[in-house]
Amino acid sequence: MKSRSYLPYYFIAPAAIIIFGIALYPILHTFYISLHQINLKFPDLGMSFIWFENYIRLFRDVRAMGALLNTVFFTVSTVALELVFGMIIALLMDRALRFRGILRATVLIPWAMPTVVAAMLWRWMYNDQSGIINAMLVATGITSEYMQFLAEPVLAWTAVIVTEVWKTTPFMALLLLAGLQVIPREVYEASAIDGASKVRTFFTITLPLIRPVLLVALLFRTLDAFRVFDVIFVMTGGGPGNATESLSLYTYKTMFGALDFGYGSALSILTFACVVIISVFYIKFIGTKTR
Amino acid sequence: MRSSKKSKIGFGIFVTVTVLIMIFPFVWQTVTSLKSPGEIFRVPPSIFPDELYIQNYKDVFTAGVPFHWYLRNSVIVAGLTTLICLIVGSFASYVLARFKFRGQALFLGLLLAVAMFPQVAIISPLFLFFRDIGLLNTYPGLILPYTTFALPLTIWILTSFFRELPVDLEDAALIDGCSPFQSFYRIIVPLAAPGMVTTAILVFIFAWNEFLFALIFNTANHMRTVTVGITMFPGLHEVPWGTIFAASTIITLPLVLMVLLLQKRIVQGLTAGSVKG
Repeated sequence: MKSRSYLPYYFIAPAAIIIFGIALYPILHTFYISLHQINLKFPDLGMSFIWFENYIRLFRDVRAMGALLNTVFFTVSTVALELVFGMIIALLMDRALRFRGILRATVLIPWAMPTVVAAMLWRWMYNDQSGIINAMLVATGITSEYMQFLAEPVLAWTAVIVTEVWKTTPFMALLLLAGLQVIPREVYEASAIDGASKVRTFFTITLPLIRPVLLVALLFRTLDAFRVFDVIFVMTGGGPGNATESLSLYTYKTMFGALDFGYGSALSILTFACVVIISVFYIKFIGTKTR
Repeated sequence: MRSSKKSKIGFGIFVTVTVLIMIFPFVWQTVTSLKSPGEIFRVPPSIFPDELYIQNYKDVFTAGVPFHWYLRNSVIVAGLTTLICLIVGSFASYVLARFKFRGQALFLGLLLAVAMFPQVAIISPLFLFFRDIGLLNTYPGLILPYTTFALPLTIWILTSFFRELPVDLEDAALIDGCSPFQSFYRIIVPLAAPGMVTTAILVFIFAWNEFLFALIFNTANHMRTVTVGITMFPGLHEVPWGTIFAASTIITLPLVLMVLLLQKRIVQGLTAGSVKG
């Protein structure tokens, strides 16, 4: 159909206005606030322009840099694990004609659960006295005594990562399955006739064919993991100490605990800048393969 | 076929283990919600409750936290977000599916940008703005940001549904003297009803589950949503796990039922939305 005058613009206007007003303009405003000293604890002081002082403070702030490293660590480890488990589950679903319905229904349960609820639940399962995970580990002889999962940095990280991977692997698996189902069966048959092993077929045929879907899934999961808040807020609150504090959580505490909006906004911009870098990196990567 | 029986058994075990891992936490939540406070802290935990302790479910609504308010707020916020997303989104999707126009790439880029946006990057100006115009502790204060962040998904899914509808019908309508707007809501919208349902489910789940904005913008007790609400149950000495999990089960069960009944549709929408990105 040909474009009829301004019709398309009237039709997209509401969506464009909402997105511009609630997402794009505010990000510019966040940057503006980040150049100011503004603390809601002292409303009388108002806002004073201080150039890039908040950013200088940011790069000297051990806690902020720690939160950045934590977030990167969390993102890399969860996305890598989700990729592996997501791929395994997707391959299972692709092959398991008879069980596909059951598998699909069950993986959708963690996906549909509110993250806060899932985090609460896992926090309880990790409980140091009555937690089912401790009971199982001791019953199977893997550990000899009950552990304080959320009170020790390495264990707390493990606990948080396991929870996140459990919650988000289904999304990865379903996207990868969609990619797998487009591959014609004949390709596999041809490969089998040529005598290629299953592993070889996977790496030389399956993987390249689902690469576009794979990259999109990875992009979305990476960005989603990078803004992690709910899971950590509920499970550890960033503790023990600040060992599991993510950038989003530190930003939240700075703004709504210390009420320091100027510095909090600088932290927000740091998160935003990282997200932009990650997206550009992925989009370049996605772009190169289509050519 | 060599060792086909063996590999079949191995395969079966693999499927079973996956299903168990995925489903166990939800089952455990329900089991815990049916245990008495004394039994909850038993070491090691009992697998089946001694007796079904329904009191937890009563406590959800009576133990000092106005959980029925939280439920009402979540229903209103998620419901209205869904409705607005469908209306605003279907207009945009229609032109994306049917027209080529200047600025189309820009608009698509805008959607992609919002889909990737970290929510935390805009909470400071939105908080100050909402405070100044009195939108904190209101429904619009949550519906606005939820709609913004759900729009990209809405538009991607609806566009892919609209594209599959035959153009002929609209052309016929136009010849019969319908305006483009009439042909849109008389013909396209009813035909795309299945796509609308799929989108509605996904947007509803997103809005129902959202936590960060709800935590920051709606801090008054009577305006909290369920996700923030379940972190608010006070305990005298111990965290009241029984009550929390009763509440968790109440707010998760509708989602789980929806997912089980409409799984095919949800997966279709989920992948349509993301693979397009």
